Amino acid sequence: MSASVLGQSVRRKEDYRFLTGAGTYTDDVSVPGQLYAYFLRSPHAHARIRSIDTQAARAAPGVAAVFVGADLAGQVNGLPCGWLITGLDGQPMKEPPHPPLAQGKVRYVGDALAMVVAASLDQAKDAAESIAVDYEVLPAVVDPAQACAPGAPLVHDEVPANTCYVWGLGDKAAVDAAFAQAGHVTTLAFVNNRLIPNAIEPRAALAQYSRGDDSYTLHVTSQNPHVERLLMTAFVLNLPEHKVRVIAPDVGGGFGSKIFLYPEETVLTWAARQVNRPIKWTAERSESFLADAHGRDHVTRAELALTKDGKFLALRVHTTAAMGAYLSTFASCIPTILYATLLAGQYSTPRIYCEVTAVFTHTAPVDAYRGAGRPEATYVVERLVETAARELKIDPAEIRRRNFITQFPYQTPVALCYDTGNYPATLNEALRLADVAGFESRRKEAESRGKLRGIGYSAYIEACGLAPSNVAGSLGARAGLFEAAEVRVHPTGKVTVFTGSHSHGQGHETTFAQVVAERLGSSVEDVDVVHGDTGRIVFGMGTYGSRSLAVGGTAIVRAVDKVIAKGKKIAAHLLEAAEGDIEFAGGKFTVAGTDRELPFAQVALSAYVPHNYPLDKLEPGLDETAFYDPTNFTFPAGCHICEVEIDRATGETRIVNFTAVDDFGKVVNPMIVEGQVHGGLAQGIGQALLEACVYDRETGQLVTGSLMDYALPRSDDLPSFRVATQETPCTHNPLGVKGCGEAGAIGAPAAVMNAITDALWPLGIRDLPMPATPQTVWRALQSAPKPRGTRA
Amino acid sequence: MYAFDYVRPQTLKEAAAALRKSDQARFLAGGQSLVQALRLRLARPPLLIDLRAIDELNGIRVANNVVSIGAMTRHADVAAAKEVQRAIPALARVAAGIGDRQVRNQGTLGGSLANADPAADYPAAVLGLGATIVTSKREIPADKFFLGLFETALKPGEIIVRVDFPQPLRAGYAKFRHPASRFALVGVFVCDTTSGVRVAVTGAGPCAFRVKRMEKVLAKAFTPQAIEKIVLPAEGLNSDIHAAADYRAHLVTVMAQRAVTAAAKL
Amino acid sequence: MTTPLVLTVNGQAVSVEVHPRTLLVELLRDTLRLTGTHIGCDTGQCGACTVQLDGRAVKSCTVLALQAQASEVTTIEGIATAGGELHPMQAAFKEYHALQCGFCTPGMVISALDLLKHNANPSEADVRQGLDGNLCRCTGYHNIVKAVLAAAAAMRP
Repeated sequence: MSASVLGQSVRRKEDYRFLTGAGTYTDDVSVPGQLYAYFLRSPHAHARIRSIDTQAARAAPGVAAVFVGADLAGQVNGLPCGWLITGLDGQPMKEPPHPPLAQGKVRYVGDALAMVVAASLDQAKDAAESIAVDYEVLPAVVDPAQACAPGAPLVHDEVPANTCYVWGLGDKAAVDAAFAQAGHVTTLAFVNNRLIPNAIEPRAALAQYSRGDDSYTLHVTSQNPHVERLLMTAFVLNLPEHKVRVIAPDVGGGFGSKIFLYPEETVLTWAARQVNRPIKWTAERSESFLADAHGRDHVTRAELALTKDGKFLALRVHTTAAMGAYLSTFASCIPTILYATLLAGQYSTPRIYCEVTAVFTHTAPVDAYRGAGRPEATYVVERLVETAARELKIDPAEIRRRNFITQFPYQTPVALCYDTGNYPATLNEALRLADVAGFESRRKEAESRGKLRGIGYSAYIEACGLAPSNVAGSLGARAGLFEAAEVRVHPTGKVTVFTGSHSHGQGHETTFAQVVAERLGSSVEDVDVVHGDTGRIVFGMGTYGSRSLAVGGTAIVRAVDKVIAKGKKIAAHLLEAAEGDIEFAGGKFTVAGTDRELPFAQVALSAYVPHNYPLDKLEPGLDETAFYDPTNFTFPAGCHICEVEIDRATGETRIVNFTAVDDFGKVVNPMIVEGQVHGGLAQGIGQALLEACVYDRETGQLVTGSLMDYALPRSDDLPSFRVATQETPCTHNPLGVKGCGEAGAIGAPAAVMNAITDALWPLGIRDLPMPATPQTVWRALQSAPKPRGTRA
Repeated sequence: MYAFDYVRPQTLKEAAAALRKSDQARFLAGGQSLVQALRLRLARPPLLIDLRAIDELNGIRVANNVVSIGAMTRHADVAAAKEVQRAIPALARVAAGIGDRQVRNQGTLGGSLANADPAADYPAAVLGLGATIVTSKREIPADKFFLGLFETALKPGEIIVRVDFPQPLRAGYAKFRHPASRFALVGVFVCDTTSGVRVAVTGAGPCAFRVKRMEKVLAKAFTPQAIEKIVLPAEGLNSDIHAAADYRAHLVTVMAQRAVTAAAKL
Repeated sequence: MTTPLVLTVNGQAVSVEVHPRTLLVELLRDTLRLTGTHIGCDTGQCGACTVQLDGRAVKSCTVLALQAQASEVTTIEGIATAGGELHPMQAAFKEYHALQCGFCTPGMVISALDLLKHNANPSEADVRQGLDGNLCRCTGYHNIVKAVLAAAAAMRP
């Protein structure tokens, strides 16, 4: 038997097509006769639409149709939200309608109000310019901190104080009591900066309608095509689900932004039937900025109560979270279920209370972006912990050790039950890899060059692989959270896996093939993985929340096990042995204790050529499907250590070292896992140093509306990373895996900001807002309480 | 993009003739700014006159301590030109740092100057070196060329043919990049010549400008310390989310110091 | 309204009629169906559309098709051998896992080749600076840098 293919850095099966330009992304798909759509978007953050005159546009050259909100009324419902949050008052959250094309009012800059369909995109744009809209411009509120203030402009007339819900988790009275008796309290108030995801492939869709069989085909940049279809057909367009095929082909990055059901593809699908022609829409980057769901945008006040020797007693958090102008598909669960539940972090803090006020603002909708709630939670916990350590003059590693959870399973005071973990292990390995022992001499050397050097930690935890459907349902989820897989063994023993997960960079075609090849004893080359097509795959919940291997991979394992079980029956018949005596290993069925064996491929052939086959007891064929609903979240955790140098003259921060030691449980493909960490770190560092979505407070205009103003990390903004893993296998899935896609984005922001504030602490600077741009740091240096401060 | 017509003349004469047909026509050099403006429908010329095929706009020559660079010479070619590296290494460095490699492979000296983006690099070098802009009609000293935001002394129909850069004693350029666009948030070109020191700033104002106070001090002592305390008034400087005017004023001083250090090293 | 355009794309002569407002990337993707070249932005920032124009890496979204008159264009489809064998740069990208979603990859490969043309023996810092015209949102650039350094070693005579 050959060495296990699990744990090997198998090079990716998908790379050849991407490297040779042979990938097929949505915009690469073109069909004869296709028309092009262009969306006219609101230039105002808040306005009443007095009238829209589309007469000239309809008559413009090449134009096939122009649709406005009124054309959709009665046929196209509002877009649904997939998670119902119930407030502290026992009332359901406010769910104002989200019409795919604005009706009556526009509520953010970029809100779509008309769609022009024409023979070419230029013609559609030319025509859109002739649409005359009479706006009554109204005042807008874009800052979540101002949204509930008395007199703030209302985003929806029926939602008082712009408040979607006020929700809480934990024992408030117990927490308040603990604070009253604390030896020390560390308090921070900060903004978790709003981000724009910016997958490099802009969103796109191609909708086709076939009059012959009254069916639809939608190519769309989606992370979860089945969910997209379900929401679109059952809730918005009232179409028969089986008449709509949604294909998410190669997708150029998602990071959460392609989970959601958006207005554009919905209107496109509906309109394809109206005009009886295929219609294509591809976002331009400026549209991505305006109309993709954004991330984060929290305003938080957080307090940690401790004993004088650094033992955590209680945590109290109040967050105002922006929803944007409308509730996006999963918006409501991000700052609640995926945020407050993580506030225990890696620590045994006995009492935690978190209250979240979700508010509407005149901005693009806010929803999941890589990490989704967990980076915000980690930022709260890890900034507090590091600040407390400094205030109490306790080594930041030591204060963490004093509070680590060490007994598992561990029930946190905020609902989650961690199955396993080993936090000292990741901390210790990170300390070693980052050479923390040598930091002081590096700091002095940097000082001699006029640079301020700082080091910061972030010991994060995340909850991935969402999660038992019944638990999620009790928390308000309006969908299941299982995953489906089909393993189709062909007569020659080659295998096609149909997975409900979706790969948009994660390398599932390789990792999943490794999992199957390992179990069947075949080669990775003999296993192909199909994803992203409701016409070929039984069902799927898609890829988000670092769930694909833990949930989707487990569904595949279950299906493979069914294949093996059936194979044993067939082999027993062929080998004339009892089924119970058949063993399967190394790609062979063997009669235990004998040398009688059959290769897997021969059993597969028998299943399809059942001449000698127990047809009275067993169906022919070898094709099994499994649905897997996990029994718990998985809990990846790790420790990130960041080292920065700050140029006193310009305020510029350079990351000089970044170490990430993560515990993802078992690792199937280390190369791919490391790549996921790198990418997550880049986005986390981006949040800390570069990225900020800015709306003008007066006008509601998006100031950072292009890559000219919104800074994405470039190659020379980042260092090479030191990455390693520790392995504490997950206890409740057969692969022992936890999920790795978001860890970098979750851990990094706090590590970076802890490093920057470490460098500036001697100057009396205690906190800085993200992103810590050169100007921000320079200003802090200008007004530092102790400008010449040095370390004691 | 709005629709437009396109011609590609072979000579300056043909280019001028093409322009006479349409006074709203625009010249197209490398197109690194203009094509983007067209894509975003921020410009609507009826006609583009592509200057790429006009031979007399190309080439680099060095004679009599003057480096002459044809207007259609691409940034990458200026950066790589041995004769520029020898005569005015700071100019080669400026060219090597413009935008990114794709922009440098397509963008041109003349296009950059005619566009006069307030954050472009070349204007600082042209002004700092006291270059002469030679057009199809006349010679314009750098000091008279940049008039304001995207505004130059060029008259309608006037085409930049080449730029003559006098060789300095020493020169240096330092810039602080805009974190998103990678243009110069502030760039300062410092140049020491037999007739004095010139300090030219880009990114901080509506167009490139000189800092005479620094020039006077540096003429006496060409050291970074000499200008440490000279900070421009913030009033009138550019201000945006990435750098308010006072921060830009501060960066002008820091970048000027670093440019002096660079000049001393080259 | 259209203008004749003659050029060479991936070694093949192309003769078409284009509207002057056609971008080079539109010619490649829509007319010639060479969809390996991608469009990631509308301000010339992301570099996903990078192709070789007369041997130089340029952003094909910032060049009019007519500016490529009589030129030679090479896209990602023209980088591997005719038999489909990966170029050493492509092979290094695969070996070092320098791509995830693959969307920025064609432009990144073309820019990396341009980088090595000017500097056959770059340092890590050279590579990081030399790729600043291409955005990648997946890899954090870590493995791209490794791949380009490895390709440089492999390509040195």
